[in-house]
Amino acid sequence: MTLGLTHFEAALLFALFASVVLGVVTKKTDRERLRYGIRCFVYFMVALFAIGWLMWLGHR
Amino acid sequence: MPAKSDAGGTPVGMLSKVMLVAWLVPGGGHLLLKRSLRGAILMGTIVLMFVLGLLMRGVMFHPQRADLLTTVITYGGFLGDLANGVLYILAFIFGYTDKVVDVAGHVHDYGTKFLVAAGLLNILAMIDAFEIAKGKKD
Repeated sequence: MTLGLTHFEAALLFALFASVVLGVVTKKTDRERLRYGIRCFVYFMVALFAIGWLMWLGHR
Repeated sequence: MPAKSDAGGTPVGMLSKVMLVAWLVPGGGHLLLKRSLRGAILMGTIVLMFVLGLLMRGVMFHPQRADLLTTVITYGGFLGDLANGVLYILAFIFGYTDKVVDVAGHVHDYGTKFLVAAGLLNILAMIDAFEIAKGKKD
């Protein structure tokens, strides 16, 4: 069995897992960890869309 | 004779034990240090990432000596895979590391990255467990 995912789904999962771990291992309080994890996830998403559009423009 | 301890006063044996458990079992170091919730989150996340990498048929790296780039990528990837601890050992025992070969396709490619990234995230978890054991962090 091979899992079939699109680029976006795979990148989204990658961002989610990495953000969770980065949130858990940094900062001192649970509130700070949650905020940092969400912030990391947002940064991943912004980078994903920005690089995606950049590649689309580069291939035109 | 008192047990050997580092500058922070934590017994070296305890630190070694935490590091070994944290490497072998993702999140295990935190569980050992009674940080159950954080340990469970780390374990769930890293194990899930590794399993998804396997389901995507990601390739595991074999160290190769060739040109500089190949050497850096294969040795670095191998260390990343190895950092998964018991997950890597089980994959090795069941023959996954040799069975799956590199083929074209974005899913396999992401699978390879998931496997290595799970190991790298486990290294972060190990460092966190080490700092907690040393008393530098809560």
